[in-house]
Parts: sequence; structure tokens; C-alpha cells
Amino acid sequence: MAFFIAFLILFPFLAAAVQFAVKNNTLRTVTVCVSSGIIIVATVIFAAMNLSADSSGVYYFTGDNLLGSTINYLMLFIEFALMGVIIYLSFKYKKYFVALLSVVQTCFVAWLELSGNAHAHYEKGVSGYLFSDNLTLILCLMIAVVGGLICVYAVGYLKDYHHHHGSEIADRRSFFCSMLFVFLGAMFGIVFSSNLIWMYFFWEITSVVSFLLIGYTKTEEAVTNSFRALWMNLLGGVGFAAAIGFGALNLHTYNLQELVNKAVSANSEENYIFTIPLICLALAALTKSAQMPFSRWLLGAMVAPTPSSALLHSATMVKAGIYLLIRISPAMFGNGVGLTVALIGGFTFFVASVRAIIHTDAKKVLAYSTISNLGLIVACCGVGINETIWAAVFLTMFHCVSKSLLFQTVGSVEHASGSRNIEDMHGLIKRYPALATAMMIGIAGMYLAPFGMLISKWSALQAFVDAGNIILVLLLAFGSATTLFYWTKWISKLLAYAKPTVRRKDTTSPDQWVSIIGHTVIMVALCLVFPFLSGGLVTPIVNSLFGTTDFKPVLSDENLYILIIMIATIAVVIILGFIITRLVKTKKTSIYMSGIDTGDERHYVGAFDEERTMYHANWYLSDSIGTDKLINAATAVAAAGLIIGIVLTVGIALGGAL
Amino acid sequence: MAKIAKSPWLLHYDGSSCNGCDIEVLACLTPIYDVERFGIINTGNPKHADIFLVTGGINEKNKAVVKQLYDQMPEPKVVVAVGICACNGGVFKDAYNIIGGVDKAIPVDVYVPGCAARPEAIIDGVVKALGVLDEKQKAFKKAKKTKGESK
Amino acid sequence: MFYRILSAALYILFGGVIAGFLAGLDRKFSARMQGRKGPSVLQPFYDVGKLFSKETLALNHGQFVIAFSFLLLMIATGVLFFAGVDILLVFLALSTAAMFLVFAATSSNSAMSTMGAQREMMQMLAYEPMVLITAVGFYMATTIMNGTGSFKVMDIITKSDLPVILYLPGIFVGFVFMLTIKFRKSPFDISTSHHAHQELVKGVTTDLSGRNLGMIELAHWYETTFLLGVVALFFLCNKWWSIPLAIVSTLIIYFIETIIDNVSARVKWELMVKLAWCVTIVCGGINLLVLQYIF
Repeated sequence: MAFFIAFLILFPFLAAAVQFAVKNNTLRTVTVCVSSGIIIVATVIFAAMNLSADSSGVYYFTGDNLLGSTINYLMLFIEFALMGVIIYLSFKYKKYFVALLSVVQTCFVAWLELSGNAHAHYEKGVSGYLFSDNLTLILCLMIAVVGGLICVYAVGYLKDYHHHHGSEIADRRSFFCSMLFVFLGAMFGIVFSSNLIWMYFFWEITSVVSFLLIGYTKTEEAVTNSFRALWMNLLGGVGFAAAIGFGALNLHTYNLQELVNKAVSANSEENYIFTIPLICLALAALTKSAQMPFSRWLLGAMVAPTPSSALLHSATMVKAGIYLLIRISPAMFGNGVGLTVALIGGFTFFVASVRAIIHTDAKKVLAYSTISNLGLIVACCGVGINETIWAAVFLTMFHCVSKSLLFQTVGSVEHASGSRNIEDMHGLIKRYPALATAMMIGIAGMYLAPFGMLISKWSALQAFVDAGNIILVLLLAFGSATTLFYWTKWISKLLAYAKPTVRRKDTTSPDQWVSIIGHTVIMVALCLVFPFLSGGLVTPIVNSLFGTTDFKPVLSDENLYILIIMIATIAVVIILGFIITRLVKTKKTSIYMSGIDTGDERHYVGAFDEERTMYHANWYLSDSIGTDKLINAATAVAAAGLIIGIVLTVGIALGGAL
Repeated sequence: MAKIAKSPWLLHYDGSSCNGCDIEVLACLTPIYDVERFGIINTGNPKHADIFLVTGGINEKNKAVVKQLYDQMPEPKVVVAVGICACNGGVFKDAYNIIGGVDKAIPVDVYVPGCAARPEAIIDGVVKALGVLDEKQKAFKKAKKTKGESK
Repeated sequence: MFYRILSAALYILFGGVIAGFLAGLDRKFSARMQGRKGPSVLQPFYDVGKLFSKETLALNHGQFVIAFSFLLLMIATGVLFFAGVDILLVFLALSTAAMFLVFAATSSNSAMSTMGAQREMMQMLAYEPMVLITAVGFYMATTIMNGTGSFKVMDIITKSDLPVILYLPGIFVGFVFMLTIKFRKSPFDISTSHHAHQELVKGVTTDLSGRNLGMIELAHWYETTFLLGVVALFFLCNKWWSIPLAIVSTLIIYFIETIIDNVSARVKWELMVKLAWCVTIVCGGINLLVLQYIF
């Protein structure tokens, strides 16, 4: 098995090297498809072999061995190389403080390792460098399947992209594809690492890759946004390094699982010293998952080409933070860390969903919706009871698939129609029926009743009530309403049956279709097998995280089956409706425009007998909630909350220790 | 099937009226005359309406509008011309812009003369229109049936 | 199980009819308050019957599919409720159904219709938080009364010895407030109205006619019965006297809505959202906090 894990982590890096070398476009298509295929197949096989209902997780690569320390030195070397890259670029673009952040953390971790503090523990051979349980497997499947499909999508997308942008943007496609694979490797690294130093290493790689991909176009905006993303993620990195340092120096552990287990038992004895590394890790996770006050980097990241937005900034990278939070959530129950994280998450969920209302740019809406949904997941982790973790895992899965699907359809629509503005998607169902249908399934997956996200949201609500956190209940109730609002108005634009004014061909290439259809199928399949997923996959995760054996999800099986019946009913209703409309002849008429409609749904006769254009935009409420004042205030509140949370947590922990 | 005459919904259109008739039409809805007791509702929307009630004559500008509104009403439907202007142009008949009564644009079923037409007259006209509506519904059903059989 | 299926079946058979009668009574009652004779109590049935008998003019095929889905989903929502399943599930189904009305409106390009759709979404934005909080309230009230909380409609009725309203006065007030929006009663009849002469003509239903409009009307009837069922749920418990109590209170609430409709003027959407959210926070939020921390 260790071989398999090593293969999964290393193969993407190999594929990245290949991509870097391949400059020919046809060859690139072939190599990307083959590499993605291998990653997907290998992960599925690995998952099939290891999935079990009573998995408490297995350590790999245990004890003190030469290979382990060699890899440690290799990683250290690469970290310094990354630091070099960051220093070079930050001096080039005059962002000196970014270099400072990078130097501080890299040198600190290097000192930890080289001074021997970090190794003292491993000589006892207690635990391993790598760890795998059902949670790891689910994350792996998400990374491999969604990530692999996105890489396939990227090839076709980039071809269009450079075709559209011509010579404005330097063609660095091989670099782009290679970065995507580096990223996949790093993500595998994060989810498999049990050793915090290893995890930190991969964590830093994802930050840097994200930075490089955001800056892909090298425009001024892209560079500014990429540095914002970098410094925020590096700040999280500093938190991560601090957690490792505190763990290694004071608590004699820097193994994630061990840290959590010790923290859980310490918490039960009202010894809160472990909350210090936990809040540092939580800080890292909050930055990575773009929670307020760090949410701005994710919005800026939308300047990057769509595949990287889909892969890094919604489907997988931001899930790294979530993964870390799910891992430490048992230790966050009932202490300041959990409270801080839960409230920040709940607050972010509400504020981001309100902000999503004001944007017409589809990618911006998706970005805000991502932040908002991540907020909900973070809140679930922060509450830290088994029911919320069940919801968090499901939310993560469904969000990953449907958001990736949405990003890709938006990208393809942009290329086909020349715009990614939601207003321009008016009547998309008539113009590009297939793309519009895929997009609607994606949106339905995000918020409609029988689909996954809503089920998870619903169980999150029940779990919040059980946990007695009324503030979160209120935030969720209001946030759900605003979420409903911005998605409904998007779908209603797609469904407007306007006669198209200009017909343009659907330029979506076959490789894009492979990915979009793949995602759609997975989306629907996930909804249909929901009860089995719950029983066979997610319940064991919760059991293993909390050391229980008898966890029952808050949603009874009866409810889950009702939901499946509902999905079937809706499908039948819609199909039946279409059949009936074909059978029953209905007379066509024009729209009601007080009798002055010209018949094409876009013009009316004005007072001087001339044709005037009319257009009905959706409501974006920019006057009432679109002001900068509001978002600045919200950011300030979140920042203040975070600082107070950290100070209080550390204070209580140290006070207890003294 | 429900009798259409028990639920006549009405669309009121003001052509080139002096508003005298319009005031009388609105008066019908007030508690004194209360046409809602016949189930009459002023919908203001051709797609929901059964009775098209027009006041004032037809001019060059509103001819197309009246025609469009009429076309947007689903069958069966009746047209009531209220006031002398709607019947034949009234005092404005010879004005440069007036074409004539409503029947210059669309087929009219009931004429309610008067200047302005009194509410009692309007109600009488509408009730008479209901009889026409019933006949039309029968014809509509019959047409639907024979169409179905020939299919 | 038998009773659950029976009540769901009764809902399918009579859910629409009951609300039809209530709508007729509502019109009669309003007319009498205004010193008019008013239409027959059976008038709503004549209206809907007529709509189905008329010709249907449509803009596109989509309108029928959407209106049909709206009707069936609304019935499904009520069936779930009267079958006694999880009330949160019922409310989620309700909001899914409600969305189809928005889609029905935006499938037309007419100014009145699209504007109505946006306002309809505003209404959803206004009432949705309170609806979710109502479900949470039921759960917390049953937790306090019975030890174990339940979202299940059946459990809320059969396991409680006293009506839940004793613990949920604030939430009840909030829910009744949202009913005004849901029933499209003045002052919140902003997306469409029962009465003529509204600035958006008929708002969301402007471009629907004949059969399509009939289905929408029918769906509204089923919705009304279901919502009144939720009102009744506040009063129902496992004692026999709770049944007449629930029926009487539900009727009283319905006629209070009629009176509000008659005495108030339509407000702007901004005010509606602000009022609704304030009521949600004040009535709903405080009620929940009291349940959590005092009991």
C-alpha cells in the first residue's frame, strides 16, 4: 500500500515534468488525458482496495528510517528553493513583505528540523509519516476524479483561451498544465501526510502553485491579485509553522493524528494547552479556505483561466483547509478554538451569500458562493460534534463536484458566447441547450431540495440545533434565504425562453464535454446513492474520527429515501410535462406589453411610433447591499473576532498552564 | 365544465375616450353597483380576460394596440363597446385622427350607447355579453370536439 | 402508518377544495366588510373551472412544464406534511416548489412578468429565514416538552401533551406574519395580487392563461391548505380537545389575514424585507434564545 501512496503522490509530479517538456499541442492533449486517466484509475483502485466500513486508519512509513530523514532533507531543500522563487518574484514586483513572510516560516521550520528538536520524537518510532483512512480516501477520490477531469478540460479550454486572447497573453500552456499536475501531487501529499512537517511542505506548494496560476496572464491585475493570494496563504503558513514549532517544542509531537488524540484527552481533563497549536492550524486552514477576513484572495483569484479557478479555487485547494479542520474538529469541541472557527464560518456563510447577490459576473458569483459554502463547512467543523462532521464531509463532496461543474460550464459558455455575465446568459436554454442543462444541474446541486448540498445543509441545521448554537442557526437561516435568492435569479435567466437574437455555434470541444458530462453524471449519481454513501463511507469516517462505533446520522433513512423518491418524481414530472406539451397543441401568442409589443420580445412601440428596445435585468440590490462600507465593516468584524478568539484561546491555555 | 358566464373576467381599455365612460365603468365596481356579485373581475390583462370592454373611439395610434390586445385574449371572448364613441366615434367622429367605433378594429358583440353610458346600462351590456359568451363557449367546445374527431 | 396515508390521501382529495371554499368565504367576507353583496362562495370554483375550459395561449412549451411542475411539487409538499414526515424536509420542498413560480414568470419576457418574478424572489428572501426558524422552534419545543426533540410532524402531534404554541408564541407571531406574504395579502401582495389594478397587472402570472393559469391557481389552493396545516400544528397535541382548538384557531388566523388584507395598503419591497427580517430576529430569534437558555 505504501507503494501505491508513493505512486499517487509522485506520479503527478512526474506528469508535471512531462507537461513542462511537451510543447506540441496534440501531444499535450494525449499526455494530459493519459496522465489524468492513470491518476484516476490508480486512485479508484487504491480506494476500492482500502475502503472498509470499520476503518480506523492505517499508518504507513512508520518509525525512524533513513529514507524518511533523507526525504526530510530533500523537502527542506525544495522549501528553500520555493523561498528563493518567492523572494525573487517579490523583489521583482516590489512586494517585499511577502518575501519576509516566506523567509520567516521557512527558516523557522528549517531550524526546527536541523536543530534536532523535530527528530527526537521519531526515534521512539511511535507513529508514521503517512496515514490513510476513509476520509483520506474520499479526499483522494475528489482530487483524482474532479482534478483529473479538470485537467482534461483545461487542454481544450486553453486552446480556445489563447485563440480568443491572441497575442495579448503569452502562451505558457505547458507551464499551466504542468502546474495543474504539481498541484494534484501536492494535494495527495496533504491528505496522506500525518507528519505535520510533510503536510506543511505540500501545503506551501499549493500556496505557491496557486500564486503562479493566478498570475498566469501577467497583467497588472493578475499580479496584484496573485500577491494578495500569496501573502494571505503565507500568513496561514506562518500559523502552520507556529503550530509545528509549539507542538514539537512543548508538546513533543508533530504528528497530526497524535496531536488531535492528545488534545481530545487533554480537553476532557480541562487542560487547554493543546488549543494553542490547534488555533494556529485553524488559522492556516481559515486562510486556505478563504474565510473572512481572508476571503479577498479567492475573489482576486478569479482572474486566472477558468480551469485553475475550478481546480484550485473551488473544487480542491480550498478543501485542503477544510480537510485539516475536519481532522482537528474532535479536538475543537467545546473550547475557544471551536467557538472561534464556528462563528467565523457561520459569519462568512452569511456575509458571502449576501455579497453574491450583487454580482453579474458569473465567476464572481461562483467565488462568493464558494466562500459562503466553505463558511458553512468550516462552521460545521468548528462545532466539532459527530453530526456536524457528517454534514461537513457531505457538503465537501457535493460542493466539490457541483462547483467544478459550474466553473467549467461558465468557462465554456464564455468561450461560446463571448461573455460570462449572467445577464448575457438570458435564454441560454434556447441557445446552448446542453451547456445550459449542465449548468442548471450544477446549480440545482448547489441548492435545490432533493440534491446533495441542501440535504447536507439541512442536517447541518439540525446538528447546530442539537449543539445548542442558536447564533449559527440564525446565520444559517438567513444565509439560506440569500443563497436561494442568488441561485434562483441565475436559473431564471437561463430559463428565460427568449428567441435568440444572434445564433453562435457551441464551440465547446470534445475534451471539455468529456469533463462536463463526467461531472454531471457524478453529480446525479452522488444524489442517487446518497444513503449508501452515508452508511458505507461517511459514517465510518465519523466513527473513526470520534472513536465511536454507533454513530447515526441526524437524518433518518426514511428521509433519505423520501429524497430519492423526490428526485425521481421531479424527473418524471419534467419528462411527463415535456411529453404532454408535445401532444397537446397550444396556440402561441406574444408577450403582454400593454398591447405595444412588436412580437420579437425585445422591442415595443414607443410614443412616437418608433421601435424601442426593452431589457429586464435581474435585481442585484447594489444600492442597498453593494456598498464597500458594508464589506469593509464585515471584514473588520471578522478580523476582530478572529483576533479576540486567538487571544482568548491562547490566554486561557497559558493561564491554565501557569 | 363550468359555465363561463359565471366567471367573466374583464379587460377594460380606454381608446380615445373623454374618460366619462371610464369613470362610469369604475363606478360599476364600487359598493353601490358591485359587479363582483356576478363574479366579474377587472383583470387588466388580456390573457386572463373573457370580456374586452372598450370605451372611446379608435384612432390611428390605438388601432394596432386594440387589435393586439384582442388577439392576446384566449377563446372564447366577447367585445363590449361602451359609450357612443366606442360604438361609432360619437362627437369625435369627424375628427382628423378618429377612424370610428371599435368595430373598425375588431368585431364587436355588444354595443352600449350613451354619453357617458350609465353604470346600469354598462351592467346590462355586460350581462347581455355573458349570453353571447355562453353561445361562443358552446361553439368553441363543439369546434374542439369536431377537431378532435377529425384528428 | 394507516392514518398517515389516510391524511395524505385526504389532502390530495380535499386540500384544494377546502382552500377554494376559504377563498370564496374570504371574498364574501371582504365584500360584506365593504358593504357589498359579493360573489357566491363557490366563485373561486367557477373561476378555476372556467380557466381549464378556456383556450390556452402560451409563449412557449416551457410554460406548461413549469406550471405543471409547480402544481405537482406543491401537492407533494402538502402530501409530505400531512403524511407526517420531517417538517424541515417539507419546508425545503416548499421553497423548491415556490421557485417554479419564479421560473414560470421569467420564461416570459414581459416587463410585468419579469418584474413580478424579481419581487417574488424578494418575498422568498423575506419569509425564508422565518420558515426555517419555525421548524427549529418545533424541534426545540418538543425537546423541552418530551425530552427528545423531533422534527417529525407526526411526533410533534402524537408525543406532545400540550400544544407547542405554549413554548413558541414569538415564532407563531413571526410565522403568521410570513403567512401574509405567502398568501399574497396586502400589504405584501407585491409580486401578484388577488385584486385588480395592481401596478404590475398580475405580476408573475401575467403571461399565463387558460390551463396554465388554472394549474397555478390550483397550486395556490393546495399551498394555502398546507400553510394552514402548519398553523394548526402549533395547536395540535395528543388530546382530543386540541383538534377543535386547532380548527377554530386556524380559521381565526385566516380571517385575521383577510382583515389585514382589507385594512392595509401595499408597501414597497424594501420595507417588506426589512419588516420581515426584523420580525424574524425579534420574534423568532428571541423565542429560540429563550427556549435554549431559560428552559
